[in-house]
Amino acid sequence: MTIDSRELYQDIILDHGRRPRNFRALAHPSHLAHGHNPLCGDRVTVYLELDGNRIKDVSFEGRGCAISTASASLMTEVLKGKTLAEAEALFRGFHASVTGGEMPAMPPELEDDMERLLPLAGVKSYPARVKCATLAWWAFEAALKSGATGATVKTE
Amino acid sequence: MSGAAKSPRFHANPSASLDPRRIKRDFPVFERNPGLVFLDSAASAQKPAAVIDTVAEYYRTDYANVHRGVYRLSARSTDLFEQARARVQRFLNAADEREIIFVRGATEGINLVANSWGAKNLGPGDEVLLTELEHHANIVPWQLLRERTGLKLVPAPIDASGGLDMAAFERLLGPRTKLVAVTQLANATGALVPVETIARLAHARGVPVLVDGCQAAPRIPVDVQALQCDFYVFSGHKTYGPTGIGVLWGRKALLDDMPPWQGGGDMILSVSFENTIFQEPPHRFEAGTPHISGAIGLARALDYIEDLGREAIAEHEAALTGYGVDRLGRMQGVRLVAAGQRRLGILSFEVEGIHPHDVATVLDQHNVAVRAGHHCAQPLLDKLNLPATTRASLGVYNDESDIDALAAAIEAAQAMFSR
Repeated sequence: MTIDSRELYQDIILDHGRRPRNFRALAHPSHLAHGHNPLCGDRVTVYLELDGNRIKDVSFEGRGCAISTASASLMTEVLKGKTLAEAEALFRGFHASVTGGEMPAMPPELEDDMERLLPLAGVKSYPARVKCATLAWWAFEAALKSGATGATVKTE
Repeated sequence: MSGAAKSPRFHANPSASLDPRRIKRDFPVFERNPGLVFLDSAASAQKPAAVIDTVAEYYRTDYANVHRGVYRLSARSTDLFEQARARVQRFLNAADEREIIFVRGATEGINLVANSWGAKNLGPGDEVLLTELEHHANIVPWQLLRERTGLKLVPAPIDASGGLDMAAFERLLGPRTKLVAVTQLANATGALVPVETIARLAHARGVPVLVDGCQAAPRIPVDVQALQCDFYVFSGHKTYGPTGIGVLWGRKALLDDMPPWQGGGDMILSVSFENTIFQEPPHRFEAGTPHISGAIGLARALDYIEDLGREAIAEHEAALTGYGVDRLGRMQGVRLVAAGQRRLGILSFEVEGIHPHDVATVLDQHNVAVRAGHHCAQPLLDKLNLPATTRASLGVYNDESDIDALAAAIEAAQAMFSR
């Protein structure tokens, strides 16, 4: 086994890939969206329940690789209870971390959550896998825009 | 999902007449990427130095546009281009070199047939019979034509073994069938399709047959006259030639009767604003400046293939496929995707509990290049109830050590994901 493999597939990623958290549908989502990566067939549905400007609950269902499943799982963990502005800041930070972009300034109260997402940053060395890591986040963003009727975002 | 048990047993020692170690030295990519285990030739094959050098030499020495210049350089370029056509004719054993049309690839060849022959001959309710094994390139062009003409697409199913269900195919070949369009070798699973039998059955009903030879042309001898098909397409880049060049072979009687599908220079005899007289085939179907260097490079690639020997290549790939089926078939937690009674050159598989994308990433970290995904054959994967598979595919440069490296990398992936 190479060192590279372990850098990408850290224990926390394998753990969340095998036993994803918040892996269920919400009974009464205020927002939902489907994410689809036609290239590999990965599918994810992200469910949201907003209470005003705050994410009261968030969950997901779907099937995908270890990277996309772990990313969706970690995303639901950090987003629960956040305001939409905080969620957006985390998405910007996460996106920068997996694409090797410049890290935006993070409010101190979000630093711990940002830290929790960093195990996925290994994908920046694997351009073909960045879309796996971001699929759930794009679906989250689409859900906010589309409401309870659901939209589908595709990454290719 | 088995497949292993049904595959023919091959001798453990692949062909004596092909020496992959020596062949590997013909391909500069292996020198530039030491340790590369390339198992993705079904997506695109690597290029021998002979092809790379031929293309470079052509641009250095003989380049000018074709079919136009009165000067000698252009005449020389035209000669090389038309000699390439004759080279392809011999490769397919076509009766007439005017039956060879240069296109961008098999995809464009099928689109040409759909837009020219299909648009002229297929009407509402007419059926195009294909199979569940097809690549998207042999599905989507017919769907686009369906929107214009109201034709019907009829997919013949695979059987439990993963091969084409011939009894079902015969049942579906009916009075409304106006064209049969089938792959000779399924790119997603490696299943060989009995196209000779299919052509015989179709011709008994007066139905023409198009064969997608993308995966077969680089692997087995192809004789379009013996096959008795009517159209045959393949891509240059899968036959160790350049990208952007491919071939449509069509029976001359059919081509003569087909309208052009793209207009422009080189495909006309005379043009006025009132009227244009088109060239005869093949030039009628080659509008604009063609991919001259691609055709010349392809001709050199076909020389390379025939120098190795097409029977020898077929034997080598069959033996190595058998070795791979045995090797992967014996591994815990590895399931080969069923490919019928005859599988050639392609091993599609699943590793239990690990998504194909994760398998392919770990394999890449071990320098093993494979493809993961739906292989542009979504209807087939849906039928097999698989969102994706990992696919290893063979070329003339592969040997048992490549399969062993694949198996070792799969074991490493299993070890890592079970920790």
